[in-house]
Amino acid sequence: MLIEELSRIPGVSGDETRVRNFIKEKLSAWGIKNETDSMGNLYAFKEGGKKNEEQGIMLVAHMDEVGLMVSSIEKSGHLRFYKVGGIYENTLVAKPVRIGPRDVYGVIGAKAIHLQKKDERKKALEVDKLYIDIGAKNREDAEKVVKIGDYATFYSEAVVSGDLLKGKALDDRAGCAALLEILQRDYPFSFTVVFSVQEEVGLRGARVAAYRLNPRVALVLETTGAADLPGVKEQDYSVSLGLGPALTIRDGSAVAHPRVLDRLISVAEEQKRPYQFRSFMGSFTDAGVISLSQSGVATGVISTPCRYIHSPVSLLNMQDWKHLVEITDSFLRSVHEKGLDV
Amino acid sequence: MDLNSFLDELTQKDGVSGYEENTADFIAEAFSPFVDDTRTDNLGNLIFLKKGKSEHGPRVLICAHMDEIGLMITKIEDKGFLRFTSLGGFDPRTLPGQEVRIYGKKIVEGIIGFKPPHIYNENEKDKGVEMNDLFIDTGFSREVVEGLIRPGSTVAIKRSFITLMHNCRAGKALDDRAGVAVLLQCAKELANLAHEAHVYLVATVQEEVGTRGAVVSTYGLSPDLGIAVDVCHGDFPGALDHEVSPLGKGPVITAGPNIHPHMAERLTTVAEEYCLPYQKDVSPGPTGTDARAIQISLGGIPTGLLSVPLRYMHTSVELVDMQDIKIAGRLLAYFIMRLESGFVEGLSCL
Repeated sequence: MLIEELSRIPGVSGDETRVRNFIKEKLSAWGIKNETDSMGNLYAFKEGGKKNEEQGIMLVAHMDEVGLMVSSIEKSGHLRFYKVGGIYENTLVAKPVRIGPRDVYGVIGAKAIHLQKKDERKKALEVDKLYIDIGAKNREDAEKVVKIGDYATFYSEAVVSGDLLKGKALDDRAGCAALLEILQRDYPFSFTVVFSVQEEVGLRGARVAAYRLNPRVALVLETTGAADLPGVKEQDYSVSLGLGPALTIRDGSAVAHPRVLDRLISVAEEQKRPYQFRSFMGSFTDAGVISLSQSGVATGVISTPCRYIHSPVSLLNMQDWKHLVEITDSFLRSVHEKGLDV
Repeated sequence: MDLNSFLDELTQKDGVSGYEENTADFIAEAFSPFVDDTRTDNLGNLIFLKKGKSEHGPRVLICAHMDEIGLMITKIEDKGFLRFTSLGGFDPRTLPGQEVRIYGKKIVEGIIGFKPPHIYNENEKDKGVEMNDLFIDTGFSREVVEGLIRPGSTVAIKRSFITLMHNCRAGKALDDRAGVAVLLQCAKELANLAHEAHVYLVATVQEEVGTRGAVVSTYGLSPDLGIAVDVCHGDFPGALDHEVSPLGKGPVITAGPNIHPHMAERLTTVAEEYCLPYQKDVSPGPTGTDARAIQISLGGIPTGLLSVPLRYMHTSVELVDMQDIKIAGRLLAYFIMRLESGFVEGLSCL
């Protein structure tokens, strides 16, 4: 499945080339006109029916994932690193990573439990004390295969089993996969799809893309953290797996445009598709910068709920994702047929 | 099968302490071309015999444990989340975000889940993750989970065998599957050497929960002398020099009260004579290896300990240098080849 393939590709913020090339190849194979800009955003122009008179709809999902970046190479040959984006630090240790364009394998080790003093274990491992071990003998040896500035991603195989998908980078490759699904369908109208870069380091790609396209309406397809987990109070779940895609009312970066939100709700209701509201009002998506582009864009967000985002392996329910695709499809058709008063 | 493919496949076999059967089957197959006899004792220890030339030759036990640290389900909670305890010593901080295989009615895959960071309050953030904070998420409902898994179901960490630079490899359970690979290398070398001694190569069980397999296998075999093959702490940034041994500089010969002085001495002499790189280490009491059980079996067994340096012990990214494994196997084979009854008799006269 495309979603599994997308999950496996390394593409840390600022290093989205391989994801972009993968998507570009698909677009070209399907005969969809596409182009990129200087930041690396990928635009797909879906054409159908008469050329739109007015400014159109823009759909967005981000290609980048959180990861690491090599910050220095120690004399011993071990690599120190920065976090790129909001990786959950407690999941770094005892994980394999792949580094740089050559996919050099490394592991993030930890002091053996036997060598720790009793109090050591009570404290969280500090990220600035961690390092990547590639098996190099010393700095010169390591420099043969990696360099400062190389990006590193988690290494975990995406697997679909039944309704469940496990894998890295589902935030937001699930959104990218949904857009690729949409792009394969026929529509009697035109719209533009943006695969954005650098979302995880400050919504930087979408800002440029929205400026360039200057759309009237935008819908962001995201993957949002589900906290329906033991030890979490129900009011803190934000969203739950298996209850349908999540609609954002507001988050830390944007208030969803009420007309866009209403339309998403009404098409979901008409289609009898499950949906839920994202109850956590924090964190950011591309909607934050798109909605403020030029003289303002009516923007909404629909997300696939996903547990353990920003860690080596996240988990989502494919039914939620399928409903997200269908609601997005119906939203597009509905806006074309009935218009949207914004 | 070369050592690399052997360890690659072996680390993909799950065998937490007390549940080593899958692992044993694979090991038995790999050793069979090089040994004269294979059997299993009541606890599951896998015992290979490589016969010596002389009927009355000394009987040598060489063992490495095939069990790995793992987890065990304690409770199925609402919504199907699973709580667990550990079999062997895990640092809980290395567990969040690990993928696991749960051995229920069938193998069920899961993730070790955790509270997302935005749920933590400020003072919780600096606190190390504890076992109680963690749970396993299969994504299935309670009903489905209850049909497949019960308290007591064992859990192994899922991790592929990773090829790093040069001869370095990383993965799970290399403590002490690296030792089992040493035994295989030893068996291969012995095939081309003449030796008097009868060699019992044993893949022991339950080392990680108290060297239990070694207790019964030593008793059962009643050897003249025994050598445990295990892993020791490899070097890493920030480590104290005396606690670790560098990788790639050969296996480590341990001395101390747990080790018969002649055994350490002879291993050293053999390494010197055959120009094999080796390192020395001391341990001030019973070692955390099968050697601690072997020494006090029966009326006392002269015991040696040979170790492969390994970084990040008891994590799922344990890291070894394949060359150290190969040399350790060779050293053991030469040790056996040179073993004469005079040396064995001398062991009891201190």
